[in-house]
Parts: sequence; structure tokens; C-alpha cells
Amino acid sequence: MALSGDSFKAIEMRTLHHFHGGIHPPTHKSQSTGTGIATLPLPEKLVVPLHQHVGNCAVPEVRVGEHVLKGQRIGRPEGRQSSAVHAPTSGTVAAIDMQTVAHASGMPDLCVTLIPDGKDEWIAHAGVDYRNTSHTDLRHMLRDAGVVGLGGAVFPSDIKSYSRHHKITTLVINGAECEPYITCDDMLMRERPRDILRGAEVLRELLYADEVLIGIEDNKPEAIAAMRKALEQDGHQHMEVIAVPTLYPGGGAKQLILVLTGVEVAAGVRSTEKGVQCFNVATAWSVWRAIAHGEPLLSRIVTVTGNVEHAQNFEVLLGTPVQELVAYAGNKPDTGRYIMGGPMMGVDLPNSSVGVTKATNCIIAASPALFPPPQPALPCIRCTRCTDVCPAELQPQDLYWFAKSNNFGKAQEFSLFDCIECGACAYVCPSHIPLVHYYRYAKSEILVRDHDKRAADLARERHEFRQFRIEREKQEKAERLAQKERAAAEAKAKAVTELPTQVDPAADADDTQQLRIDAALARAKEQAAAASPRNTELLTPEQRSEVEAIEARRAKIHKIASDAGADDEPPKRN
Amino acid sequence: MWSSPFLTTPVSVSQIMLRVLYALIPGVALYVWYFGPAILVSITLAVVTAVATEAAMLKLRNRPLKPFLSDNSALITACLLALSIPPLAPWWLIVIGTAFGIAVAKHLYGGLGSNTFNPAMVGYAVLIISFPAHMTQWLAPGMLSLLQLPFSAQLSYIFSGHLPSGSTLDALTMATPLDTLKTQLHLGLSVDEIRSMPIYGYLAGKGSEMVALGFALGGIYLIAARIIPWVLPAAYLGTLFIIAAVFHQIDPEHYVGPLFHLFSGAAMLGAFFIFTDPVGSPTTFRGRVIYACSAALLTWLIRTFGGFPDGVAFAALLMNMCVPLIDAWTQPSVFGKKEGKR
Repeated sequence: MALSGDSFKAIEMRTLHHFHGGIHPPTHKSQSTGTGIATLPLPEKLVVPLHQHVGNCAVPEVRVGEHVLKGQRIGRPEGRQSSAVHAPTSGTVAAIDMQTVAHASGMPDLCVTLIPDGKDEWIAHAGVDYRNTSHTDLRHMLRDAGVVGLGGAVFPSDIKSYSRHHKITTLVINGAECEPYITCDDMLMRERPRDILRGAEVLRELLYADEVLIGIEDNKPEAIAAMRKALEQDGHQHMEVIAVPTLYPGGGAKQLILVLTGVEVAAGVRSTEKGVQCFNVATAWSVWRAIAHGEPLLSRIVTVTGNVEHAQNFEVLLGTPVQELVAYAGNKPDTGRYIMGGPMMGVDLPNSSVGVTKATNCIIAASPALFPPPQPALPCIRCTRCTDVCPAELQPQDLYWFAKSNNFGKAQEFSLFDCIECGACAYVCPSHIPLVHYYRYAKSEILVRDHDKRAADLARERHEFRQFRIEREKQEKAERLAQKERAAAEAKAKAVTELPTQVDPAADADDTQQLRIDAALARAKEQAAAASPRNTELLTPEQRSEVEAIEARRAKIHKIASDAGADDEPPKRN
Repeated sequence: MWSSPFLTTPVSVSQIMLRVLYALIPGVALYVWYFGPAILVSITLAVVTAVATEAAMLKLRNRPLKPFLSDNSALITACLLALSIPPLAPWWLIVIGTAFGIAVAKHLYGGLGSNTFNPAMVGYAVLIISFPAHMTQWLAPGMLSLLQLPFSAQLSYIFSGHLPSGSTLDALTMATPLDTLKTQLHLGLSVDEIRSMPIYGYLAGKGSEMVALGFALGGIYLIAARIIPWVLPAAYLGTLFIIAAVFHQIDPEHYVGPLFHLFSGAAMLGAFFIFTDPVGSPTTFRGRVIYACSAALLTWLIRTFGGFPDGVAFAALLMNMCVPLIDAWTQPSVFGKKEGKR
């Protein structure tokens, strides 16, 4: 077990640890916490993407025109890493086609368009008692219920709730919610703390974790109080609600794990290797709904804030168009764009008709007044404010320099891929350089180049082998030809020696004819002898050594061919 | 499409540079108090030259004028150079130095953020090598000079080179305390004998020690405002103190004490305003320690054994050269990949 004694002591003493850097952007959270979670009325149309999770796209299981019930599976998980997608309400499938989805790429993806019938009629569903159900069955239930990480990463929870090779000491439940504006986890913790804790209990059972630590930033005292009360009320053991300092990006899984346990999980390492697993509070809540009530993930809490009349949290059916959501919250006319997620790591939505997905924790209506266009960038003056705030302990000013000069090798050497794109560096940059933009550019360039290089390497290998094969075949053909000619020449020579030195064409035509026939027979015999190379009794020593040399060359060529991994046909021999 | 983060702080380069200029105010005020207002003339000349040169170079390089002229960085170069050379020098001295610093050391190397060498220190080096005689005409503090020259006469001297009849330059100016120390040590006097000369005050030179104190005050403000990293001045002054103290302890006759070093010449200005120039200093913590300690060692060596009275400018330029190497050497480990940690 990787966890050593001293860190274990630290956990028991609840000493909080610190991550490097971090920033304190204005939180803007109070504007959306004034009223409780409201339910959005049924929209006229739902556009449900089939790919709302990390892994393979779900396979559609319904046909256009088919009537579906609320909670009915419309997308079947495909392959090991995938998740199911369900009809968020009862209605008719209007289309299954490619549509623009809420994703940074702006690329279209396969969506099911559902016209609700207004009845909101459930499919038959029932929960189980997790204590009497096998872990495999529980994980199957999570997968079939479409439960994925609701903190934004949307990784299938059934995969994350399984650790075969590593003992899990600590299960971290992430209620930090460090991004400005977002309050969906805050409100969920205030209003539904008991089901969150029960979900955490299920996850702990699945992971055999020793303890559950629930980290909440200390700017959410109501949530902390509600969770502590629920914890006491239901008498959860080995579980603790811990207030962590408010410091962005303290809600990043790696940062929260470090703060709570003192364990640093490097880039490219799974936290389970260090004995820790981390789930978001909303995920824990969904786990409980899926297991105890058999309810698949049909909706999520979305903070609607920014340039709207009443910023608030809504329980929103997946697939609800963003424009309906913001319209309900009182969108103001000067809203120019919509940010999904927080202002630090969120994405600028391609348009407002995209549907809410499992990753949509917040929609910020952005006006030029709230989010002024970026100021023109000045050169970097190496002030290292970015280095001071980088939670990954990188040298952002160097990475910027390397990315800008397309020096990608050096960028990788300086751990470009350890960057979590939290945006703290760009936030503090006095030269207003869009640093994260440069890192994203460099990362995608490197990935594209790696891919291209692999493809080119493969193409070159194939081409080289083809050249080699053509050359070899040519050689073999030439050899065969040479052998034939040699045999013919020999036969001829033999025939000539048997002939009188001077042939008078007129002397005896029959004799000449006979001789020709003999010579032809001899040639045929020679050829047969040459075709079976061991049969060399008739050859002169010189001829024999020549044949041997040819055989050796052949063997060598065959060896090279088989060494090169020749997958083509064996060389032909006559 | 626009990409995250969508928020930024309102801090800008020009604000940072402006705060550095504010931090120079106490030092400049004390300068005027002890040595008269001639320094203000030098600063004005330097500022005008710097802005004009900056504008001309931006024009030549096809760069927009407004964002770069308003970044205030040229003003800092101008002020630092003006504070490094004698105020009662002919006007063209500061003009040449500033223009060279901005045009060559800054813009020919790529402008803001790309200048390997501190432009003010390059200007200073050019002047002290090209015009050594003019660079020694330091004003004596008011309480020491035999003759008080009215400001109008000082102005006239700066621009026309003429002094009022009856006064000589020698009566108005004097060698710097560091220069005097060096000369007198050569003449065989002991440190104690030299220190008892009238030009010396409590810590170092009369008047100049107070100006150094003013720079230190401004520097502390810069640290408090998180404009400069504390480690650079701390490591620089600490190292200079320790080296001077050790040698003074060994041979007090020939090596002057640590406080004298700290409050003489450009040590304070260097510690808080020159070595802290972000463009020419390392970006890593360990790198900064190496840089500042080496700079202090060089300062002390040049002062003690070198041919120039002060060593700050040359120490800065020499260390500027080493920055890429120091940065490359001192890359820290990243999150989760530190040795000795799980």
C-alpha cells in the first residue's frame, strides 16, 4: 500500500494540506442562492445527445415516431466504457440525427429529439437494497441508469466505483464548488443532504473505502451545516464533512484530494493508485436515486445566472434547450453569448438551442458588461504572477513562450500536459495574455502531430516493405531466368560436342533431325535436373558452386523477408 | 469562438510599472532634500528622451504606439538611469545614455519583455566607459559644499556648460563616498581614518545614506504590494552584508563594514529596483537566490578590487547574461512529481 504512516496520521488529525498557488476571483454566488431549486416546466422539445459521457457513444434503441415513457432507455451503452441514455419524460421520438451539442468543439453529435406528451408518465422502475445486492449488480445498475460524474467530467460512475488492484483508503466527496457563479452543488447540499450521504455510503461500500471525507469550501456555511446535520441524523460512520478554504481551483479533484489527504496525484496517475477515489456530491445523489429508487439520470441541477432577472438553480430535464432555460430565468436583451460551466473553465456555447447535458452544471448568460471582451495582449514581462498561482506548479510563462514559438518538444519537457487548464494564470496575467489558449493550441498541435507521425510511420513501413517485396520478386524471377538459360546453354553445348565439328547440311538430313531430337531430350533432362536443385550429379564443380551460391542468396533473401514480418505469400518456386 | 477563462484581474503592466515609479518617490524626495533639485532636471531630461526614443523605435518596428507607450516601462528606465548618474552633468550625457538604453538595449533586442539586459544599466555602462570624467561630477550634499550654487546657475551649467564667474566645479562637486574610500585606501589610510572624514555620515556617505534609505522604504512598499519578489532584495542585501562583514572582521583596516556597503552607491537602488527587473531576472525561486547572491558577490568584488567605484551596474549586466542558464538549471518539480513525496 502506497500510503505511508505519517500521512495516515495526518488524515486522522484532520490537518488540512495546501496546494500551490490558487486565486480568489469574485465568487458571484449569492445571486443564485436566494431561492431554492425550482423545477422547470416541461419544454416543448428535448434534444437529448446520446454521447453525454466519457467513452463510447450510446447506441440508439428507439425508432423515429416511437412513443417512449419517462425513464425508458433510448441509448444502450456500447462497450466497456460507456453509459446509458434515457427519455427524460414521456413523449414521441421526432428525430434521431446529428445536431449541434453543448461542447467546446461545436461539432454535431447524434441526438434524439423528443416531443413530450405532457403526461410525464414513468416506466416501471424499482430500487434495491444495496446491502443485499452484489457489487457487480450495483455497478450494472449504475451503468444502466446512466450515472456519470456530474462535476463536469462525466466519467461513467460504474467504472470509477471499482478498484481491483488498489486498496481504497479514502473516498472523497467533492462539494467544494470552487468556480465563481456556480451554486448547483451548494443548493443540492442544502436541500438534499441525506440522499447525498446515502449515495456516498453506497460508493464507499462499492470501493471498500475506510472513510469518507466530504470537502466543502468554507464560503458555503449553509451547505456545510445541512450536510453535518444529515450526517448526525442518519448516524453515518467513518464519514466527515470538512470545510476547506475557499481558493480556486480547490474543487479540482486533485487539489481537493491533496487538501484533504495530503496525497499528490500526478498527471497521468489515477488517484486509486494512491488509495483515494473522488466523486462529486451530485453524482453521489444520483447514485442513491439509481440504486435505492431505480431512477435513471434524467435531470440535473443547473445554475442559471449572469445577465438574467432572477438567477436561480433549476432541476432541468436533460435535453432542455438552453434558450428555454435562460428565458425562464428572465434573460436580459443584451445577453450576447452563453457560457456553460463557470467563467474560469467553462465553454462558450456554439448557440443557445443546444440541449442541457449531464455536464451542464451552470449556464451563465454573458453580456459585454459582465464579461468585457479580452483586452489586447502585451508581451510577457516574466513577472511570474502566473507561476505564483499555478496549482500544477508549472512555469506558465515558459510554456507560453514555447507554445508561441511552436517549440512543442520543449513545452512537453516543461510538463505541458500536466496543465489542468484552470485558467488561474490567465486570470492574473497583467499583460492580458490568453495563456490557456496557447496551452490548448500546443496540446492539440502535439496530439495531431503524434497522430500524423504514427500514420506516416506506418505508411512508410508499408511502402518500404512493398519496395522490398517487388525487388525480391524481381530478383527471384531473374534468377529463375538465368538458371533456365544456363541449362539451355549447357544442353546445347552437350549437343554440339556430340555433333561432328563440321556439319554438312546436305549430307544427312535424317541424322541431323535425330541429333536435334536428342539435344531437345537432353535439354529437357537438364531442365528437370535444374528444377530439383539437390540433383546435381550431372553438374560440373563450377556449376555446382554457382548453384550453391544462388541457393545461399535465396535463403538470405527469405530470411530478410521473414525478419521484416512478411505477411505476404511465400516466394514462389517452379 | 472565445475560450475560458472569461475573467481577468484588472491589474495591468502599466499599473505595475506606475507603482514602481511611486516607490521611487521617497528616495527622489530625499535626494532633492540633500542635494538640491538638479536631479529633477536629469529625470525630466531622461523621461523626455526615453518617451521620444520609445516612440521612434516603435514607429520603426511598426508597432502600435499607444499600448506600448502607456506601459510606463520606459519611464522606469529613464528614472533609474537619471538616479545612477551625477545630476550636475551636461544635458547630453543623460540623453545619450537614455537613448542608447531604450534604442539598443531594449528595442533592438525585441522591446518590452525581450530585453536580455536592463536598459538603464546598459545606458549607465555606456556612459561610464565613454565619458568617465563627466560621470564623476557628483554634487556634494548641501551641508558640505563650500559654495551654494543657485538652481538657475545649475540649470545654466547643465545646458550651456558655463558656471557663474568665481565658482569652480571642484567646489560644487566631489567624489562619491565609495570612490573616496577606494582612493584613500590606495593612499594608505585605514578604513577608520577614512570614515572619520567629513563626507561620511552615520552609515555611509552623508546625504547619500539617507537617499538609500528612501529607496529601501520604496522597495519595502513594492514587496508589500507584491510587485517584486522578496527573495531578490533579501538575498542580495543579505549576501552583500555577510561578505562585507566577514572581510571586515578579518581585516578592518582594509575592508569597510557591511552597513557601509549596503547604504553606499547603488546597492539599495539595485536591490529593490534594478535586480528586481522581472525581464532580466530568473523566474524560479532557487534561480532568484542564485542570481541575487551572485550579484551581491560581484558587486562586492568590483567595489573592492575592480577599476570602477561601484559594481551594481556591471553586476546586473553580468547576471542578466546568466539568467537563461540559471532558469534552465533550477526548474522545480511539478505537482505530484516531487522527489521524496508520494
